[in-house]
Order: sequence, then C-alpha cells, then structure tokens
Amino acid sequence: MEIEKQELVDFAVTARKYKTLLTKKYLNRKPWVNPSAYEIQSIIPGTILSVFVKEGDIVSEGSQLLILEAMKMLNRIEMPFTARIKKINVEVGLRIPKDSLMIELEAVDGVE
Amino acid sequence: MTLKKNILALRQKKAIVEKGGGDKAIEKQVAMGKMTARERILNLLDANSFHEYDLFVEHEERNFGMDDKVLAGDGVITGTGTINGAPICIYAQDFTVMGGSLGLKHARKITKIMDHALRMKVPCIGINDSGGARIQEGIGALAGYGEIFYRNTMASGVIPQISVILGPCAGGAVYSPALTDFVFVVENISKMFITGPNVIETVLGEKISQEDLGGARVHAEITGNAHFYALSEMECLDQIKKLIDLIPHSNQQKAPKVEPKAPKSLKNIENIIPADPKQPYDVRDIIYALADDSYFLEVHELWAANIVIGFGRLNGETVGFVANQPMYLAGVLDCDSSDKAARFIRYCDAFNIPIITLEDMPGYLPGVDQEHAGVIRHGAKMLYAYSEATVPKITVILRKAYGGGYIAMNSRHLGADFMMAWPSAEIAVMGPEGAANIIFRKEIMEAEDEDAMRQQKVQEYIEKFANPYVAASKGYIDAVIEPMETRGMLLHALEVSKNKDDYRPAKKHGIPPF
Repeated sequence: MEIEKQELVDFAVTARKYKTLLTKKYLNRKPWVNPSAYEIQSIIPGTILSVFVKEGDIVSEGSQLLILEAMKMLNRIEMPFTARIKKINVEVGLRIPKDSLMIELEAVDGVE
Repeated sequence: MTLKKNILALRQKKAIVEKGGGDKAIEKQVAMGKMTARERILNLLDANSFHEYDLFVEHEERNFGMDDKVLAGDGVITGTGTINGAPICIYAQDFTVMGGSLGLKHARKITKIMDHALRMKVPCIGINDSGGARIQEGIGALAGYGEIFYRNTMASGVIPQISVILGPCAGGAVYSPALTDFVFVVENISKMFITGPNVIETVLGEKISQEDLGGARVHAEITGNAHFYALSEMECLDQIKKLIDLIPHSNQQKAPKVEPKAPKSLKNIENIIPADPKQPYDVRDIIYALADDSYFLEVHELWAANIVIGFGRLNGETVGFVANQPMYLAGVLDCDSSDKAARFIRYCDAFNIPIITLEDMPGYLPGVDQEHAGVIRHGAKMLYAYSEATVPKITVILRKAYGGGYIAMNSRHLGADFMMAWPSAEIAVMGPEGAANIIFRKEIMEAEDEDAMRQQKVQEYIEKFANPYVAASKGYIDAVIEPMETRGMLLHALEVSKNKDDYRPAKKHGIPPF
C-alpha cells in the first residue's frame, strides 16, 4: 500500500486525537442527516407511475400521493399526516434512486 | 495392430476437445489479456502433474437448438494435480466454450471434483471465468449452482477452498466464491456482481462501468469480497502458490513445517513504536521483526486496513497474525475490521493454525454510520470468534488496549492462553483524557483553571493506570516483557501449547452473530 503518498491527519477517537491515515471507504461515507417528517423520500429505487396530488393541495392522512414501481411491485405512497403539498419533485415516468426527495410538505394551521 | 489405431483415435479425440472453443475463441480470449483455462491450470500446477477428469463429458440439453451443439468438456476443465508437491483438486471454467456458461453437466463436473477433494482431504481450487447460467438449460443451470453451493458449505472448514476470479462472475455464480475461504482477483480481468451495469441502468438510470461496479480493486478495497489482489494473472497464480505452501491440506492436518529461520533484522523492534501513543507506525514492521525470515503473507491487504491479518511462520510452523494497524484510522475496531478479523480467526481455528494477536487500539470507531451499519453485531463476531477458538491463542499488547477493544482483542477473559504486554502497554477502561474527564469531573469543574486541573488529572491517570502493571497485578497479563524478548516468548508459548486440549460443550453448532 502507498502509505507515503498520503498525509497524516488528526483523528478523534473519544477524547484523544491520533495521527493516522484515512481509508477510501471512510472518506466516502455519507454524513448523517436528521430526517424531516415533512420530506417524503423514496424507500427503494424505482419509477414514478402516477402522481395523485398537486402543489398547494391540502391532503389528509392516509390519502394516496403517488405510485412508485420498484422490483415489479406497485408501491402506494400515502400521506403520513394531514398537511399541504409544498413541492413535488417528481413526475410520471421519472426513474429515481433510493432516498430521493419526492414530495415536500408544510404544516396547515389548525391541523396537528 | 488394432490397439495402435485405437490409441491414435484417442489422441485425436483428446486434441480436439483440448482446444476448447477453437482457435477463433482462443484468439478472442488472448486479445482480452487473458490466459486460456488450460494455460491457467498448467501455470498454477507443478509441471506434468495435471491429470484431467471428464474430458469427454457432454451436455444433454435438447431445446433451443442445443441438440446439435458440441461443447468441449461442457465448458469446464477439471482434474487433480500438485502445487509445490501438495496435492489439490482443481477446476477452471473455459470462457472460449459458449462463454464458460454453466449448464447442468458443467456443474456436475465441478461437483464431482469437489466431492473428490472432500473425500481425499485435499484443497479445492476453482477458477471462475463464466458469463453465468446457460439460459438454454433453464432450471438445470440453477440446479447446478445450488449443488455447488451445497458442497461449498459441506466442505467449509474441512478442506481449504480457493476461488480465483479470472473473468466475469456474475449473478448467482458469485455465491460459490463467497462461500469459499479465499477469493483471488486480478486488475482489469475480474468482475463480480449480483446485478450488472445493464440492469442497474435499466432500473435506475445509473450508468456505471463493470470495473467501477465490481472490478478487482472494488472487491479488494471496498466490499472485502476478495482476499488477494494482483495486477496480472501470473502474479495471482504466484499468490495462490504462496498460500497453499502456508496452509494445512485439511482440518485433520497441521500446516507443513519448514526449516525455521530467524527474522532478517529489518528494523530494531524497540524502535518501531513511537513513545507518544498518538503517533502512528506500520504494525507490519513488528510482524516482520517477529516472523521467521520476516515473511508475512497478508490477507485482505486493502480492505479494512485498520486491522492487519495474514499468515507467517514461527519456528517453521504456520501461525495467523491479527494486528491492529495504527497507520489507518488509528487502528480502531469498526464493522469491517471486526468482520475481517473474525472470519480469519475462524479460518485459523478450523485449520489448526495458532493465532498471534498484536494489540494497539484506541477503541471502537465513533459515528452514526458505524452504529447504523451494525457495529454492535459486527463487533460481536470478534468476541465470538476468539472465544470459540481452541487453537493456541497468544496476545502481545504493544501499546493501547482500551475498553471494549481490550476485551475483544483476544483478552485473557475470552480464553487467551498467553497474555504478554510490553512496558509501553496502556491497559485501561478508556484513554486517559476521557477517563480523567469523567472521574475528576467535579474537581475539574470547580478548579479556577479548568485546563490546568484537567491536564494534572490526566497526568495522574496516566501514571496510575495507563500501564500494564494494574492488569499484571490481577493476573490478567502473564508477563510484562521487553520487545526484544517477544519472539523468544512466542516460540516458547507455541512449544508449550503443542498438546493444547480445550473442550467446548457439545452442540450442533453455535449461533454466531452473522
């Protein structure tokens, strides 16, 4: 391995920092982001087959939002709670990877 | 002379089949920078040692125009031979014959040689170079794969199984190598994946090359599927020979003993480790200073580089080394390094190879990604593997041995036979900074100068606890030794443990956390 080519970095393990090299996998890891309840993300890669709502709609809990076809299954994506559709980032026919932001929601006054 | 005529006819018949897919297909194979299946076998085995089986086996498929198709040897060459005198069974898929595709007869040739290897108690080597299942044979091909996987599992831990990926190995085919002990890959030639770039593009619209998806480097460095990585087929075959020289032929034998050799004194063992516990070094220099002839065959060199595993010899006998590597990620334990070490420990235990553990690690890698990737489950594999192992288990604590990692790295508490520590060892529940912050929290917070008080308390902790003597006073460490004494102690420990007998409760099998 080409140890000489890299630079030693400070690497914190608990309260102490160690001089060391980083691995490619460590450098490529994804930072964790706190998931927001107002963001509906794809749970599996697939294709958007239909979208049943428009931006600005107030949609009640349990209503169908869209159908995501993945692995030959038609996945019904439902509204997690009553809210307004703020933005729709997908359209029919779009192929999306896992964890893509499909629909953004915003709270409606007076509705929990 | 009828017999002479028959002999000539046999020679002619053999010559045709030995050509595999014929001159054109061979030309293509060579153009891809690959050796033919037969060349691979002949280059790997000792001269004139290869004896072929089932040269004249033919497929029996009658659908899809297969009835008039002649496939030489049904696309796979099988047989027995020797590597540096060690008998082995081998098969090599022949890409020049219908893309090395696997049909039922092709698979049955493979399972026959695997059964043979298991009965004869000799290693089995499989060279994979195949486009996958022979679609025309349908379920027959799937049956063939399944029969191979079943035998891989039956032979696991009984005879060494080696997979060499010298071409494509995709879909279900990848699972035979994954079930075997060691996987060898070659840059630009090996390709392994479950779903290839075409499927990924169709489903996701993601474009990725075969090399970036499942090339040799990816499996050697990122996935850990490959144990040995080479730049050419010849280098790969050399690596296999080196491995075969070091491992026993079955679980009923010990590795062949060779003439003991002193290490070439590459570096003075006392000068390798920096006094400052925050500074790194290459732990392989310690292994070179300890092993016979300074010879060390590293396994998984590129993957999870924060732990080093591999084979060397002590007093002419094969041992397995497991060593934290402070040069990478400070030598922490994490999902991948635990996984890597645990499997290696189980390999050594299954094949009667004593395990030498060299310890210098600051703890587990903190992070959401690690916790969510299951560092608890993966870390537990190591505890399981060390506890379960009954081969001689020897630990040398070089420097840091903190917290859960101290327990995991073959501690006395998991059944280590010999525990030694260098005077530089720091055996404690955690690093001095962390410990002082917790124990002396009140004193530090109430002090006028918090930093000065913290420094003082850290220093106090270092002097009292960051050493090997607390553990030694409790008998958890058998001896505190000078670095120069280490090799002598290891040789002695192996000598003493020659007749080690260690019982485990009777069970069908344990339930390791995998």
